[in-house]
Amino acid sequence: MKVPAALADPAAGTAQPLHAQGPWRRFASEFAESRLAMAGLALLVAIVLVAIAAPIVSPQNPYDLAQLDVMDSKLPPGEHASSTGRTYWLGTDDQGRDMLSGIFYGLRISLIVGASSTVMALLIGLTLGLTAAYFGGWVDTLVMRIADIQLSFPAILIALVLLALMGQGAGKIVAALVTVQWAYYARTVRSAALVERQKEYIEAARGLALSQPRIVFRHLLPNCLPPLILVATVQVAHAISLEATLSFLGLGLPITEPSLGLLIANGFQYLLSGTYWISFYPGVALLATIVSINLVADQLRDVLNPRLRK
Amino acid sequence: MIGFTLRRLGQGLLVLAVMSALVFVGVYAIGNPVELLVNPQADDAERARATAALGLDKPLATQFATFALRALQGDLGRSFVYNVPAIQLILDKLPATLELAVVAMVIAIAIGIPLGLVAGLKPDSWVGRSIMAGSILGFSLPTFWVGLVLIMVFSVKLGWLPPNGRGETTLLFGMVPVSFLTLDGLKHLAMPATNLALFKLSLLVRLTRGGTREALLQDYVKYARAKGLTPARVIGVHVLKNILIPIVTVIGLELGSVIAYAVVTESIFAWPGSGKLLIDSINQLDRPVIVAYLLVTVAIFVTINFVVDILYSFLDPRVRLAAAPAH
Repeated sequence: MKVPAALADPAAGTAQPLHAQGPWRRFASEFAESRLAMAGLALLVAIVLVAIAAPIVSPQNPYDLAQLDVMDSKLPPGEHASSTGRTYWLGTDDQGRDMLSGIFYGLRISLIVGASSTVMALLIGLTLGLTAAYFGGWVDTLVMRIADIQLSFPAILIALVLLALMGQGAGKIVAALVTVQWAYYARTVRSAALVERQKEYIEAARGLALSQPRIVFRHLLPNCLPPLILVATVQVAHAISLEATLSFLGLGLPITEPSLGLLIANGFQYLLSGTYWISFYPGVALLATIVSINLVADQLRDVLNPRLRK
Repeated sequence: MIGFTLRRLGQGLLVLAVMSALVFVGVYAIGNPVELLVNPQADDAERARATAALGLDKPLATQFATFALRALQGDLGRSFVYNVPAIQLILDKLPATLELAVVAMVIAIAIGIPLGLVAGLKPDSWVGRSIMAGSILGFSLPTFWVGLVLIMVFSVKLGWLPPNGRGETTLLFGMVPVSFLTLDGLKHLAMPATNLALFKLSLLVRLTRGGTREALLQDYVKYARAKGLTPARVIGVHVLKNILIPIVTVIGLELGSVIAYAVVTESIFAWPGSGKLLIDSINQLDRPVIVAYLLVTVAIFVTINFVVDILYSFLDPRVRLAAAPAH
């Protein structure tokens, strides 16, 4: 319905019809311009689906001890199970666990930890950043100083310290990842909000005597979202990678909840004897996850950047 | 300039003080080291004796006061495990970490900046595109897994490079042991340094490419070209000089991050540096060593940030003026 109106508008010219499609359609079509990004998106969707459906698509429940056969330990990829004759496509680990199933379950844990810590850090950083930008003054100084100091240290150092202090566990590693990440969101949303709050629509909202929470969350926040979406995408990849690193160092998730990092760590001790697949394939899964997220993020960066918009 | 320098110095010292208090209180909260050090069959009296010998029976505030006073004199306590001064343990291991970090940074600079320049000059050619694709890969590859793949390929399959240790070292200036001056040392250094360099290399490629692309659009480049200067001179002198300021800053700041990420690389390649010591100490609840590592690292960071700040304000006076009120 909007297309004829846009065409009837003499100012519309040739550049305008794109906008007439509505923001989501335009966003989707601009995103689809890069084949590489679409491939990344497809890979990411496939990975997420496999992780969600891990109990259904896995050939074996890798953590049901009754299903493991020690006779099958450390079989190379493509070997068959001694009892059932089933093929272990990616080999087995030291306990005779099917690596493919282990990877599917590990993906699930890695993605849950990465996504949940990102969402929590996003909410905390968003609230603090918006508050700092909207109220200014000492609140702003306090929040941003803490963020500045924290961001001057590398994430891994802060996470290591926190885990050294708190000990292991899924909840603790999420807490460490949230602590490491919130400052990125706070800083991003603050700088976006500082620009937006100068604009006329905020003044108009104030002129209408709308309540402050309403102005902040209904008017200011939606306009600060594009840079936040980008940072969140990049940070999910960082969180997954950092969790894997910490678990590899033995400071992350406990052995009962093996993420990809822990699978890789488990295989490390057999690496020098040439048993490479226990470490190698979980790493490939980790790499595929991170690359697909980064490819999507790269294209988002171009699409969401108004300076590059045609 | 003096006011700016003093203000930055004060901020740095404040960060150091706050961090040491946080770290001390935090480390105090982890499990009881006496349980690990005393014979499991020991009776209560022996436990109490060990606790008193380590000073763990006093209130937290007293312990911190003792710690802070001694820290100011350069004494960060004795390692529970090795029974030597913790600071000495760290300082013994630090040269290995610094060597690894510096060599990694040199690799990243020597490869990253030229590649970024090429990608920036020819962004749409296949060379430029493959360099950028490579840098996405470099960003995405988890450092520790790359380390494993390197070991798998170069140590296990090909047998070219040793998978762990530091190799033969010689003394630099007669006091600091380094690996890079012996062939055996270089062989040991090659994989860990490459591993550690990869992420920074990708970062430098992107940074240089972005800077080059922006610089090429500037009027001074057009002017230099109009004057009839050779392309080599336009790029080598005019473009490079202008993009180097932000790059130098980033290199300075990233050196600290390389030292922190050396924890991972050292653990994989059993490189006997301070990062591996930290992980071992965390696993053994060796509190004084953890505290000493963190304080030394924080001090290195504060120093690097301080030097970079000063350097940057020296290179670009606008920073100094803008920094006078809040950041």
